[in-house]
Amino acid sequence: MSRGWLWMSLKIPRNPMPAQDPAKRAKNFQEVALGYDEKTAVMEAQRCLNCKKPLCMQGCPVEVDIPGFITEVAKGDLKKAAEIIKGKNSLPAVCGRVCPQESQCEKFCILGKKHEPVAIGRLERFVADWEAKQEAEEVYPPESTGKKVAVVGAGPAGLTCAGDLAKLGHEVTVFEALHTPGGVLMYGIPEFRLPKDVVKREIEYIQKLGVKFENNSVIGKLFTVDELLEEGFNAVFVGTGAGLPYFMKIPGENLNGVYSANEFLTRTNLMCAYDFPNSCTPIKAGQKVAVIGAGNVAMDSARTALRLGAEESYIVYRRSHSEMPARHEEIEHAEEEGVKFLLLTSPVEFKGNANGNLESMVCIRYELGEPDASGRRKPIAIPGSEFEMEIDNVVMAIGQGPNPLVPTSTPGLKLTKWGNIVADEETGQTAQDGVFAGGDIVTGAATVILAMGAGKKAAKAIHQYLTK
Amino acid sequence: MYKIVNHQKIGENLALLDIQAPQIAQKAKAGQFIIVRIAERGERIPLTIADFDREKGTITLIFQEVGRTTQRMALLKTGDNILDLVGPLGEPTHLADFGTVVCIGGGVGIAPIYPIAKALKECGNKVISIIGARCQNLLFWEDKMREVSDELFIATDDGSVGHKGFVTDVLKQLIADNKLDKVWAIGPMVMMKAVAQVTKPAQIDTIVSLNPIMVDGTGMCGACRVQVGNETKFACVDGPEFDGHLVDFDLAMRRLSYYKDEEKRALAQQECQGGGCGCH
Repeated sequence: MSRGWLWMSLKIPRNPMPAQDPAKRAKNFQEVALGYDEKTAVMEAQRCLNCKKPLCMQGCPVEVDIPGFITEVAKGDLKKAAEIIKGKNSLPAVCGRVCPQESQCEKFCILGKKHEPVAIGRLERFVADWEAKQEAEEVYPPESTGKKVAVVGAGPAGLTCAGDLAKLGHEVTVFEALHTPGGVLMYGIPEFRLPKDVVKREIEYIQKLGVKFENNSVIGKLFTVDELLEEGFNAVFVGTGAGLPYFMKIPGENLNGVYSANEFLTRTNLMCAYDFPNSCTPIKAGQKVAVIGAGNVAMDSARTALRLGAEESYIVYRRSHSEMPARHEEIEHAEEEGVKFLLLTSPVEFKGNANGNLESMVCIRYELGEPDASGRRKPIAIPGSEFEMEIDNVVMAIGQGPNPLVPTSTPGLKLTKWGNIVADEETGQTAQDGVFAGGDIVTGAATVILAMGAGKKAAKAIHQYLTK
Repeated sequence: MYKIVNHQKIGENLALLDIQAPQIAQKAKAGQFIIVRIAERGERIPLTIADFDREKGTITLIFQEVGRTTQRMALLKTGDNILDLVGPLGEPTHLADFGTVVCIGGGVGIAPIYPIAKALKECGNKVISIIGARCQNLLFWEDKMREVSDELFIATDDGSVGHKGFVTDVLKQLIADNKLDKVWAIGPMVMMKAVAQVTKPAQIDTIVSLNPIMVDGTGMCGACRVQVGNETKFACVDGPEFDGHLVDFDLAMRRLSYYKDEEKRALAQQECQGGGCGCH
């Protein structure tokens, strides 16, 4: 690598991502970030130093050959770039959009030490979107090994595991409880952040690899995991996620107008309630909406409320701005769109009218105390600081637990006291022979890419288990 | 896709569908329900499994036309397909030989009480059944209920058949004349509430099957949450059957009416489009 090249790389600033105007986009469900054009992508790719020992790769849970694909983008060989990415990642258009790159690949980029890191996520997204516009190439599933694997749950963990196992020649069937595969990618993450056509496209690719999908199949009710093993599957991967919403257990929580984020987002995203009555599922977003919590799910809910017509949309969080667990970019987007932040505040009661409809919320103020064992400063309620505010919708986004349907119907599994499945971190092996697990059902609610990483590791381990 | 092998009108605005769904038929137990979505852009609605035939691989659904989706469903014919059918969902009825039990079905609630009465009879219980509706045109399955009951009573609001009055009138008389060990009641919330009010002073265990709003039906959203005693429960995974003496019926009824305006709007749109709702 010449010194001139290095100088060039440092001189080009990181290319910004074009986005819809905040005032306009807060009223529509179209994608906010618009993606690079080819010229910008090539320019951004040229910033990559093509390190001999690329640190970026250690930040990628699915081990994409990052300098490899970026070199091809810089040369303009997008077909080759797509091939390199797809070798490791079956959902690149999803990852390029929703991965928290700042704490993954881009965190380790050497350029980021003194300058801004290479926009790896934006480039991955660009390549995946470019490929989708090309004429689809035939995908030839490899020769069958004759082994059958059942994957329970079609979210990011299950889809990744299924795709990798299919590439290794195993016969894979994915059992999904909802009418559409995708898990949180379909019901949770909103259209304006991850268009559903993009998810469908990536699932079609996994189908082309030979993976079969059985939708409307609730494992634990229709069949148990043990029955799947008895009926001829050689191994089972459980990726059923953390889909059980938590509530606060405070008075008035069952009033009309109090939603779990899961319900609020499922109605909007999966059931297209924003298009009611053209689609049949209704939703009610009032004029003043309060979202409790400050993770990504909370940001998604608060931004969705604006798009459904709310005049005011609040994030209500008992810690301060710097402790908010959501991605920095999502918080920024929410602020730009007009979401208001009610920090160091938490509700203690909801009040309703005679029809049982929510009318107001009583909150209490907090201050931050000493850091606790985890290093986070503990919020302490300030006595006498209660105040009441008018509100007509509340969305609870304070986290989710593991869905118990599979754990409770599979006696051979070992569970944690929270109901998560105990599985080896490297292999996904559970207490039961032939049963593997990964993603949120093991770790508790985490990120899409960590679930995909777990699916990938489990696929490797299942392959070893089947071929030993 | 799930094929409708038999479509029948069984009363005023009441339809019965036998649907080919062998896996669900194989696993279904009394007290469980399914979620159905009839077309793209359609909504997901819960319906109780009224009967199942493991050999033929069919399940039976009975529903009343009350809004856009059920009206559209009523237009489907034998041979048509249903897009999505999920189940069996919910906890099955807890079955045992309790002694003398009363099974009460009100209106379209006669459909879900049938498999429960049948299963209780098979467990050795003496089954006394009461079925009721506003008028004779809304009654169905008298013959099937008679088959699985030791005694059957009928009540109609207008007296067009059986006792003139409510199912609770018949129940009060039964309580006066018999030693009853357990009561099941399924029907409109007001009816279940009234039954629970009658059995509570008599200290008779009473099970009701709740029908709150549902979306996924698998425990991931809490749309169907109900208050039972001091606890919030999700009817789709913890129920749908609960102790009738602990259920907060008033809260449940208020939650059922939350989307009233939207439901009217949906229906109005359907009518102006001549029955097509743009769902397909």
